[in-house]
Amino acid sequence: MSDRSQLVDKYFRVDNLPHIWCPGCSHGIVTRALTKAIDELDLDPDKIVIVSGIGCSSRAAGYLNFNTLHTTHGRAIAYATGIKLANPELHVIVITGDGDASAIGGNHLIHACRRNIDLTVMIFNNNIYGMTGGQYSPTTPHTALGTTAPYGNIDRPFDLVRLVEGAGATYIARGTAYHTLQLTGYMKKAIAHKGLSVVEAISSCPTYYGRKNRIGDAVGMMQWMKDTFVEKRAYDRLDEEKRIGKVPFGEFVNIQAPEYTAVLAEITKRVEGRL
Amino acid sequence: MSKENLVLRLNRVSCKGCGICVAFCPTKVLKIVEDNKCKIIDLEKCIKCGQCELRCPDYAIYLEEGTDGK
Ligand SMILES: Cc1ncc(C[n+]2csc(CCOP(=O)(O)OP(=O)(O)O)c2C)c(N)n1
Ligand code: SF4
Repeated sequence: MSDRSQLVDKYFRVDNLPHIWCPGCSHGIVTRALTKAIDELDLDPDKIVIVSGIGCSSRAAGYLNFNTLHTTHGRAIAYATGIKLANPELHVIVITGDGDASAIGGNHLIHACRRNIDLTVMIFNNNIYGMTGGQYSPTTPHTALGTTAPYGNIDRPFDLVRLVEGAGATYIARGTAYHTLQLTGYMKKAIAHKGLSVVEAISSCPTYYGRKNRIGDAVGMMQWMKDTFVEKRAYDRLDEEKRIGKVPFGEFVNIQAPEYTAVLAEITKRVEGRL
Repeated sequence: MSKENLVLRLNRVSCKGCGICVAFCPTKVLKIVEDNKCKIIDLEKCIKCGQCELRCPDYAIYLEEGTDGK
């Protein structure tokens, strides 16, 4: 008998466990939620490619038992685009951090959204650069503390949902590691969606973000998620003042638009017909 | 799958003692003990809701089909 659940035995490279994430780091929770989503969709594991960049979050690729590619910082979406164009049959899932996706990789993100290429982008947003020691990222809230913002962050953060909506993503959801079942549901819909889908998974870095900002340890960070994030429909019903300090989660965009590899295949057929 | 056939399993080797399962178990089945890891202290009270499994970052605690409760 194994000493792990069937899900973990099936989808993880168990020889690489336990993983390197700190005690209580939510990246482990979000990674499991992704395997649950894949399991419920009953997809052929050989048809799945996980592509990640660099960061604690991007380490997830190394633990997952699919075709995996651990690439360079910020460039996961560029590699994923190449893989998808070479073989549009594959489910290409990008795992990236808030820094990886929206700082160094910000341009890749917005242009992939603009093209509506059929990739699923899972952004593990812990509001900080975890791997390199807690520097502020483009999603660190204004006035929050980081090792490079010892007196409070003077930047204003990206709202990733609104950023990718503006850029043209056709499926967008935000979930949290605390609201795990809902998160799994959004991941399922994102993977099944034809076009560029983004799931912002609110994760936590108790080691740097939680400690520096006195939100607390692993449990404190989970409690913060529970208290802060409100399901979108409930959020929409709140009075203006009750919304202060709350952030909505849920599905924000779910539309159909021409998908990049399909458009490319069509034009290729048309041009080849003329030759 | 009916809940009657499920048992709670804990792999203490994988546990990093973060305490998330302890904090969010609705019936207080779990506790962090002297060695800074989780322990099942009151299995009788387990309602097999699976909240611990969903949020264990280390895949150390889970429900499985079985009966012996070990
Ligand atoms: C080109 C390049 N620049 C900078 C780095 C250093 N670096 C490694 S990970 C990282 C940020 C990771 O933050 P995030 O993507 O939010 O992931 P997390 O570690 O928080 O999960 C940086 C700046 C690098 N590896 N390569
Ligand atoms: S540094 Fe932060 S993001 Fe990285 S493993 Fe530790 S808790 Fe997780």
